[in-house]
Amino acid sequence: MTTTLDYTADEMMTVTAARSLTTDMACFVGIGLPSTAANVAVRTHAPGLWMIYESGTLGTRPDSLPLSIGDGILAETADTVVSVPEVFNYWLQPGRIDVGFLGAAQIDRYANINTTVIGDDYSDPKVRLPGAGGAPEIAANCKEVIVIARQSTRAFVEAVDFVTSVGHGKGAGDRERLGLTGRGPTRVITNLGVLEPDPSTRELTLVSVHPGVTVDEVRAATGWDLQVAAEPTTTTEPDTKELSVLRSLTNS
Amino acid sequence: MIVPLDEGIREFVHDGDTVALEGFTHLIPVAAGHEIIRQGLGDLTLVRMTPDVVYDQMIGAGCARKLIFSWGGNPGVGSLHRFRDAIQNGWPVPLEIEEHSHAGMANRYVAGASGVPFAILRGYTGTDLIAQTSQIATVTCPFTGEELTAVPAINPDVAIVHAQRADRAGNVQLWGITGVQKEVVLASRRTLVTVEEVVDHLEPVPGQVLLPSRVVTAVAEAPGGSRPSYAHGYYARSNQAYQDWDTISRDREEFQRWLRTEVHGTTHTAREG
Repeated sequence: MTTTLDYTADEMMTVTAARSLTTDMACFVGIGLPSTAANVAVRTHAPGLWMIYESGTLGTRPDSLPLSIGDGILAETADTVVSVPEVFNYWLQPGRIDVGFLGAAQIDRYANINTTVIGDDYSDPKVRLPGAGGAPEIAANCKEVIVIARQSTRAFVEAVDFVTSVGHGKGAGDRERLGLTGRGPTRVITNLGVLEPDPSTRELTLVSVHPGVTVDEVRAATGWDLQVAAEPTTTTEPDTKELSVLRSLTNS
Repeated sequence: MIVPLDEGIREFVHDGDTVALEGFTHLIPVAAGHEIIRQGLGDLTLVRMTPDVVYDQMIGAGCARKLIFSWGGNPGVGSLHRFRDAIQNGWPVPLEIEEHSHAGMANRYVAGASGVPFAILRGYTGTDLIAQTSQIATVTCPFTGEELTAVPAINPDVAIVHAQRADRAGNVQLWGITGVQKEVVLASRRTLVTVEEVVDHLEPVPGQVLLPSRVVTAVAEAPGGSRPSYAHGYYARSNQAYQDWDTISRDREEFQRWLRTEVHGTTHTAREG
């Protein structure tokens, strides 16, 4: 049975990302798409989701979407507010956070993330991006990482120009060799489908396509020879509640 | 010591200094940054975890020689165009950068505040950041033999932070999102605190951070001094101003017009009038 709800690819992506979060999780939330998706999750199936923003607001439940990670509304609705050294040293570093929820400017086949520079010369970049922020240690120390990013050949590249945050490095065994404490990226959710690391090679593999999207379209939006699961599933469409919650948050 | 803002900047910030204006989205010392621009200070090494709009303005005005940072963007909006222009095109002056992660920067301040030469963390492993600076290294745990990351202490010449209130003796009350303000004050040689108001007596506030006057070199009253960021309990963040900055800062001439009218064409006192 299919529904014929009208929704955009971005809405499909955001709702799919929201569904990856469960009510018992402590989630380190990045600003932008991750923040939108986490706030949808709290208002739908995951009311207990413990959201942390790197400004030090632990267990926050904002009434509306913050524009930045340090908006006053995050502090006012938090269980507690701690300093920035404390959030990184006491909460993130020892592995107290279940899931890190990150965006990406560039991502490669092993889910390594670049948010630093575009171009192969760091000192003379084609484009200077904002940089690391909390991402390297979120990617290293959360028990798992979920990435949400719009898929295109510009963003999904053969090899990132700069490794800001380590995903699965160069493949199987790399995280262990580097001594990274978390499991790394377990899902990459895009506007076209869902990618997950292959259990043996750790290479991102297309496991689900969104309704109306073909595997070839996903391949065409990927800058490497994308591996595809034997029988990729079709992602479940957003339901009316998810869409109405999302739209009330984004005023769309 | 209570001083007017212009006098505080003149006395405590000098050309060539390492200066940290901190504030993690909240309580950003914008008025102090504008006074630094007005006084034409230059050759500064600017330190800040999140060099957002006020550092974009200071970089565009040519105050900075070097930037030590961990995330240089316009929060929730996108890129900093003056910062980009300085890095990619050397305008108005070339900008040297030293780049870290938030965890690395936070720990550099912690080491600086603690009076030890370096801090340890589980950080940076496997990233390309390590190759770009000598200020990230590894250290072996003397107890377990485990290899960890080391970052050196940072001890700025002067820290500038904004807070809600101070009393006449220079004790400072600061609450809400406290970022690294306590650490930067304790790590720095001199501290200038701008405040929303100077009061005779500080009422206790739950969750407050009090900077005792002995770690504060000077306090300057600067009501509205963190706009367009915010001061919890006083005024809200102007998200619109951050969005507007994207347009103003994209174009060098538009930026210079903004600088003339909004910074040079006014004094802090006049802006509040």
